[in-house]
Amino acid sequence: MKQELICIVCPSGCRITVEDGQVTDNGCKRGEVYALKEVTNPTRVLTTTVRLTGAEPVRLPVKTERDIPKGLLFSAMRQLDAVTVAAPVRRGDVVLRDVCGTGVSVIACRDVG
Amino acid sequence: MRNVTIIGAGPAGLAAAIAARDAGAHVLLLERAKELGGILNQCIHNGFGLYRFREELTGPEYAGRFIDGLHDIDIRTDTMVLEISSGSVTAVNPKDGLFTVTSDAVILAMGCRERTCGAIGVPGDRPAGVFTAGAAQRYMNIEGLRIGKRAVILGSGDIGLIMARRMTLEGAEVAACVELMPYSSGLNRNIVQCLHDFDIPLYLSHTVTRIIGRSRLEAVEVAEVGPDRKPVPGTEFRIDCDTLLLSVGLIPENELTRAAGIAIDPHTNGPVVYDDMETTQKGVYACGNVVQVHDLVDFVSDEGERAGRAAASGQPEGAYTEVQPGSGVGYVVPQRIRHEGAEDTVTLFFRVRKPCRKGSLVVYDGEREVLRKKRLYMTPGEMEKLPISRELASTAETLTVTMEEDT
Ligand code: SF4
Repeated sequence: MKQELICIVCPSGCRITVEDGQVTDNGCKRGEVYALKEVTNPTRVLTTTVRLTGAEPVRLPVKTERDIPKGLLFSAMRQLDAVTVAAPVRRGDVVLRDVCGTGVSVIACRDVG
Repeated sequence: MRNVTIIGAGPAGLAAAIAARDAGAHVLLLERAKELGGILNQCIHNGFGLYRFREELTGPEYAGRFIDGLHDIDIRTDTMVLEISSGSVTAVNPKDGLFTVTSDAVILAMGCRERTCGAIGVPGDRPAGVFTAGAAQRYMNIEGLRIGKRAVILGSGDIGLIMARRMTLEGAEVAACVELMPYSSGLNRNIVQCLHDFDIPLYLSHTVTRIIGRSRLEAVEVAEVGPDRKPVPGTEFRIDCDTLLLSVGLIPENELTRAAGIAIDPHTNGPVVYDDMETTQKGVYACGNVVQVHDLVDFVSDEGERAGRAAASGQPEGAYTEVQPGSGVGYVVPQRIRHEGAEDTVTLFFRVRKPCRKGSLVVYDGEREVLRKKRLYMTPGEMEKLPISRELASTAETLTVTMEEDT
């Protein structure tokens, strides 16, 4: 299968082609590493908000501490929909452990209260 | 000890406050909102601070790092500044009422605001469901409101792209992102991670030609534009949607600056500044998006620190060289370089007018070329930086910054 993607490692933005594990049109080696990861195991850091009680802003911004598989973004959103955090909260506090069985924690991004 | 009053506690004001305090000034920080951090509070996505902290922080985390360092600074939030005139700042808040403070220096750090539908003149109805991308971001991320089920985004600036992903993750459908120019003004990373990741189509060289809907938005009409950026008749098509987000540019917020009689640069819509961020009014400094719209917050913080240090020390007046944009360049900041200054090198910040894969940045003193640097992959979406020696600048009449494309 042939896949085309834009490399985001540097501003050049090479349009890279990957076909059967063969990477072409990459301007440099870093592009090859990026492209292979993108076609085999793409990951992203998820940032969103969860419900907050006992303080002024009603939402608490949170993020996954590390990147998680891209395919799990929507399941992680559903899991976080069930999370409510009570103020006070400190930046870095864990609000959910092991999101979607990835072993990755979801942490608070700001202090409240 | 010098007194410094700072207007705005977004990234520019926070950095300025800390730098001015560290340089020995007594600092008063005034903020219109109830909280510190400005726009960073609603920018919950990551990617902030790569240059400054070598980490990808979210907006609130980036703000938090500065807020942690605010000790020994007099802070008043929920405070609206009404007027600045020769060193005096008049403001109002629920606790102190109307008050005036006089200080040795004032730093303007009010940031920018979004261009609206009225400002870009899309014809048609004005139903509910049309938001600026930033307003929608605030509703969603701070107030926890759902803003629509099916959206179209006009403009491919970074805020629009970020909101495309945000709405998709929150269960809405983003039908399209429509961009007037033949290229996106957003970062590649956002094109990939906000549009491609969710198969959202990007229509380049297209625009919204009509807004349709009675009480709530029902659809938009989209058409292709020609090289003159005008819609091509016969290319119109309809996209059903209940939400239209506008991500069509930012304007520095300079009502206070204008009213104070400070010179405004028509290219940036921000105050004319010296390399130490002083405006044309002695003792009044400016930094961040009030001066020029940045794409990376790290450079906003740098500018804030420069303004903070200068305001705390106070520069003697003296000779300077003017800097202006020439062919291929939209604007240049700073517009003036002092012949005497703390640093030997001054960095010029500017944007090229169109994308260029391979070219050079060339600086002229009148007709004479004084500096030439090769550059790859320049785009109006990314601010260019060009260091120039103060010695070179101070021997020039006027510096003109240009971009030349290799043929
Ligand atoms: S392949 Fe190399 S040169 Fe091309 S965008 Fe990626 S990192 Fe940059």
